[in-house]
Amino acid sequence: MENRFKDRPLEYDYSVTKLFMWATIVLGIVGMLVGVIIAWELAFPAVNTMFGSAIAEYTNFSRLRPLHTNAVAYGFTLSGVWASWYYIGQRVLKVSMAESKFLMFIGKAHFYIYAVAVVGVVVSLLLGYTTSKEYAELEWPMDIGIVVIWVLWGISIAGLIGIRREKAIYISIWYFIATFLAIAMLYIFNDMEIPTYFASGGIGNWFHSVSMYSGSNDAMVQWWFGHNAVAFVFTTPIIALIYYFLPKESGQAVYSYKLSLLSFWGLMFVYLWAGGHHVLYSTVPDWVQTMGSVFSIVLILPSWGSAINMLLTMKGEWQQVASSPLIKFMVLGSTFYMFSTLEGPVQAIKSVNAIAHFTDWIVGHVHDGVLGWVAFMIIAALYHMAPRVFKREIYSKSLMSTQFWIQTLGIVLYFTSMWIAGITQGMMWRAHDEFGNLAYSFIDTVTVLHPYYTLRAIGGTLYLIGFIMFAYNIFKTMSARPVEEDELVNASPMGA
Amino acid sequence: MNIAELQTYGYVAAMGILVVVSYGYIYHLYTKRKDADGRDYEEYGDLALKDDITDTPISAMSKK
Repeated sequence: MENRFKDRPLEYDYSVTKLFMWATIVLGIVGMLVGVIIAWELAFPAVNTMFGSAIAEYTNFSRLRPLHTNAVAYGFTLSGVWASWYYIGQRVLKVSMAESKFLMFIGKAHFYIYAVAVVGVVVSLLLGYTTSKEYAELEWPMDIGIVVIWVLWGISIAGLIGIRREKAIYISIWYFIATFLAIAMLYIFNDMEIPTYFASGGIGNWFHSVSMYSGSNDAMVQWWFGHNAVAFVFTTPIIALIYYFLPKESGQAVYSYKLSLLSFWGLMFVYLWAGGHHVLYSTVPDWVQTMGSVFSIVLILPSWGSAINMLLTMKGEWQQVASSPLIKFMVLGSTFYMFSTLEGPVQAIKSVNAIAHFTDWIVGHVHDGVLGWVAFMIIAALYHMAPRVFKREIYSKSLMSTQFWIQTLGIVLYFTSMWIAGITQGMMWRAHDEFGNLAYSFIDTVTVLHPYYTLRAIGGTLYLIGFIMFAYNIFKTMSARPVEEDELVNASPMGA
Repeated sequence: MNIAELQTYGYVAAMGILVVVSYGYIYHLYTKRKDADGRDYEEYGDLALKDDITDTPISAMSKK
């Protein structure tokens, strides 16, 4: 392996990274656009039938909502994670994809099969084919396709590690491995399903299936999966990103490597038990609910361990936050991670949950995490990778900075409006007179919440505008000033 | 002793063991400071910074 490329200098090969970078941008625009549309639909129901009643089936909230969640979580986020994996994986293991035809083939197969699956997901969800399990809506033929994609990624991880030059495995790779293993386990158990057509001897659609579990058991498995999809799609791979991109971009080694190891094991153990907080006050056993609450509180420790480690990495270099919009994205990202991982445990406390459950506060919580932490980190990752992948400076620093502030304003509007809406909703649902009669009917809450829904839609629209600016900036980067190798050591080169 | 009691004792015991294990891990990391290869953990922070393909690995794979 050492001498195979002695005729020409060996370089990292970013062809698969590039493919996934484009997927990240396209699926980000699609997912966020659908999100913005459904936010306006909630504020102004007439938007549901904006394109006429003939196609209202495809444009109404309930049809589009799973498309939004799937596109942003399994489209935008996973593409960003994979773009970063094919970049970070090579670099910290000091091995090039160009050194293995097999791994290059696996990487490309990973992307192209994923692209086909994306089309399948969009079409099947738009047509309304769903198992009705939240975040696991796909029917069994699609599930098998997802397993193939996941296995290909696993081969890529094991393959690159297998041919590495660097014996030590950097903490980011640990987080990628954890993502791979945990999602594999969660996905298989939650998607145990019975194809109804084959089981019944020919009744119904061939592609339809029902869960192998029923009733409360199904709910428990579903939320064990559902919460850990948050853990292992929105948390662990994003921590993998920040542990690499923040030190690299700032030129500062991670503040404490020991703390990163400790937080890793803490997170791995605790996260898997916290899902019970999604089924508080439901028909599942009381101990499952208590365990979900307790582990959610404990989860603050490993989460803050990682986040504080990131903020301390900037020790003595805080001027970079002011001068570099790329560092701004990452520092705000880890701050939102801290914020979100405090808010979640607070919501999981039983007495708080009595007000928060089923309200918009939960929606607000998810979005301050995904907009402020997940998407900001993926945006930062692509901005850092773009100059190295295209060997050109980032097209415009001022555009990047403007994008940062527009999107930050969008996030603030989103979560503050949802806090007020959620707590208002929770209080109104519970209010009663001295005889125990409910004080409000459902429509009373809808009327009161209207201004907050409008504010949320404005916040989402601002975020989408920022994302389109990001897409434009990356697109223009391909024709920006070419850069020298030594400009790419730490801080990314940026045009005016 | 019925199953519910067993679960309770098991739960308490598991919590105790895990607390000991995790504090033991913290104690181990911060007193030994070095891994099995005798390398200071903090040196691995450089894996992200010195990641050019031509950079010398922090701990190279042994050549066979």
